[in-house]
Amino acid sequence: MKYLFVLVVFLNLSCKSEKNDPVVLEVHDFAGIAPYLELKDSKTYVVNFWATWCAPCVKELPHFETLQANYKDSVEVILVSLDFPHQYETKLKPFIQKYNLKSKVVVLDDPDMNSWIPKVNPQWDGAIPVTIIYNESKRLFYSRTFTYEELELELKTFF
Amino acid sequence: MKTILSLLVLFTLVSFTPISTDLGYDIGDVATDFKLENIDGDFVSLSDFEQAKGFIVVFTCNTCPYAVLYEDRIEALNKKYTNKGYPVIAIMPNNVKTKPGDSMEAMQIRAKEKGFTFPYLMDADQSVYPQFGATKTPHIYILESTDRGPVVQYIGAIDDNYKDAALVKTKYVENAVDALLNGVTFEVHKTKAIGCSIKL
Repeated sequence: MKYLFVLVVFLNLSCKSEKNDPVVLEVHDFAGIAPYLELKDSKTYVVNFWATWCAPCVKELPHFETLQANYKDSVEVILVSLDFPHQYETKLKPFIQKYNLKSKVVVLDDPDMNSWIPKVNPQWDGAIPVTIIYNESKRLFYSRTFTYEELELELKTFF
Repeated sequence: MKTILSLLVLFTLVSFTPISTDLGYDIGDVATDFKLENIDGDFVSLSDFEQAKGFIVVFTCNTCPYAVLYEDRIEALNKKYTNKGYPVIAIMPNNVKTKPGDSMEAMQIRAKEKGFTFPYLMDADQSVYPQFGATKTPHIYILESTDRGPVVQYIGAIDDNYKDAALVKTKYVENAVDALLNGVTFEVHKTKAIGCSIKL
């Protein structure tokens, strides 16, 4: 009987842990991130560079999530995290879980920043957040933050 | 007439609409001196350093993780170059209402904890960082003292690896200051690095 109880507890625990999908991070150096800036199909891509330690980034992040939900057929939001490797477990994964992020999150870990920042955009000075919106016919770089309305207004100029 | 007037108005608007990347100093510009409060209560200007051959001006703060990762390296730069005539002048550009962790008191505590030997100044009315064109922390400007005033010689990052000082391949700031001290030309006057946007 006691064993049964232990078994039941064990089963419950395993069920619980299955429900809490562990977040699997996709971590790349810049060469691995670059293809996400050059995808060529019918979709419009909204690529946002952010980090959990960046307050203005965190503030605008829900707008990107809403945009992804409202335009799920025609738009793909890609959230490029610049979080530090030593905070993947303590900050980034809990953040993704807590806010249940639905957009695609990829992590950029490439300390030689001067080599890749100009490749993202020559105008970028390195402050985040920044956003790139692009599709087959148009591409714009934004060194600014957005409200949802502003973001949607920008997106509509790509359709 | 109306068309000409409209065109004139349009032209004026276009001419005077600031483009963010064009603001602030570029290489070769003469920097305007400032007078900012240090963590010891004194006010500090570039002109106070009569013997300085130049300055390593660092826009930095307590609260940005990238700035924190560079704290020891900023201190090391000051130790290495003060006596050679290139002291570090650190300026905290954030609005402390937005970032209470960057208050004068917090700056004093952090400087004591880390044993900073350089002036750590507060850009209290946020008027100095826009003159430089600083957009983030950390953001470095190397100035060379000349007859014309302090001339901007380098803008950008300290080195090429924020994560690990031991893995740095190129020390941009040291290379620039060494070249200036030796009176030789150098290649890299501008670099880019991730940082935290300056908080308004």
